[in-house]
Amino acid sequence: MIEISALTKSFGARGVLRGVDLSVRPGRVTALVGSNGAGKTTLIKCLLGLVRADSGEIRIDGARVGDDPAYRATIGYASQMSRFPEHLTAREVTRILIDLRGTSAVIDWELFERLALAPHLDTRVRALSGGTRQKLAVALAFLFAPRVLVLDEPSAGLDPMANAVLKDKILSERADGKTVLVTSHVMSELEELADDIVFLRAGRVGYAGSVQKLRVYTGHPHLERAIASMMAREAVCA
Amino acid sequence: MRIVAKLAAFQLVDVLRSRWLFGYAIFFLLTTEGLLRFGGDATRALVSLTSIVLFIVPLAAIVFATVYVHRAREFIELLLAQPVGRSAMFAGTYGAMAVSLSAGLVVGVGTPFVLRGGAGVAGAAGVLVGTGVALTLVFAGAGVALALRTDDRLRAFGIALGAWACTALAYDAVLLVLATAMAGAPLERPLLAATFANPIDLARVVMLMHLDISALMGYTGASFTRFFDASSGMVIAAASLAAWAAGPALLGARLFRRKDF
Repeated sequence: MIEISALTKSFGARGVLRGVDLSVRPGRVTALVGSNGAGKTTLIKCLLGLVRADSGEIRIDGARVGDDPAYRATIGYASQMSRFPEHLTAREVTRILIDLRGTSAVIDWELFERLALAPHLDTRVRALSGGTRQKLAVALAFLFAPRVLVLDEPSAGLDPMANAVLKDKILSERADGKTVLVTSHVMSELEELADDIVFLRAGRVGYAGSVQKLRVYTGHPHLERAIASMMAREAVCA
Repeated sequence: MRIVAKLAAFQLVDVLRSRWLFGYAIFFLLTTEGLLRFGGDATRALVSLTSIVLFIVPLAAIVFATVYVHRAREFIELLLAQPVGRSAMFAGTYGAMAVSLSAGLVVGVGTPFVLRGGAGVAGAAGVLVGTGVALTLVFAGAGVALALRTDDRLRAFGIALGAWACTALAYDAVLLVLATAMAGAPLERPLLAATFANPIDLARVVMLMHLDISALMGYTGASFTRFFDASSGMVIAAASLAAWAAGPALLGARLFRRKDF
């Protein structure tokens, strides 16, 4: 469970998050959507402690996001910008994260197997294709069986087969009661995965609720149309 | 400490596998060997080597650190999304950079001297390597701080080159022009302060005071000798250089703890 209250963040004079209140429920896949610059990445980075909020509070499974990094042991994270040290092998990159988590960490190798990463583990990162690097990034996000998954455009660069494996894994994690927060610009993907939608509009929550309710709210049966309709309203308001 | 060591170890492996560091070490190896073989007596070779170290080490350290931090940014973000504190992450990253660059210098400059049994100037060679390591720490710390402060890679790279040019090339020349323009004014104390304000000048003073060659100290360095005798001057300059070595790293650590990635 992720609970966010009155979260604000500005970069200089530009207010990026302007009082975000939000609950992301466990056992559901929540899609974070919004136009470019709406604050999606900043919100995700606040969750991970990469960006310090100006005010407000975030709690993940009851633990307050702050200076103590221990809360991040419950989080798995993958971004669309998967860059690893070029002279290390995929196995070494994986080993680093395992070492940092310590011996008590539960290891889930399922995605390494299903994404067929084994033949690439002893290849240096610089020799891996962009798609294989992204497979590695996604597999690392799930490696420690985290209770909370934060996936920022995880399918960017994945081939259709790998994407299908990823979606299966997300759905199985949901079935296990995990909290999944995902962003994507591929609406068909969100249509398949998302239970809830959070629509960010200029740093505020414009809509937060189930996909079903959004369809009713906008009058569009398809998610892509429904979200486009929300964005169109945003443009009119602006 | 366990986490810092692990973070530093993998980054060290990454850096050591890059050809860049080997090129750096081999450059100093060939230069030192060439000067010892063809540069006249060992003291003269050491003086020439001092000029090269004071010129190349700050440039290599500040450029390498700036580029490394920018290139590693996405991976730093991934690591900071793990249960790892920022101070540990900074210490591991800076530590790996400082150790690898210093190792390149120590191996490159030190090996020819070791193979020649010190070549009669073992102590001075040790001082040169020590001042080179101190300059590595100063400029690697400055490079990290710069990369953290400036998100635009090209801009950071340009500032790094500018900072090096100001401290290594322009500093003495500008002071000389000012002193000439203000001839007759009591400038000893401002010039002494100017020596403390530039770590490259301090490193030059340490090295040349050890070799007792004040004529080669540069304009600011020469003023240093008017205030201090050889032994106290060298201790004061070395202590100041050590303080310089810590300063940029502490600034980098502070920026790293507060940075929005």
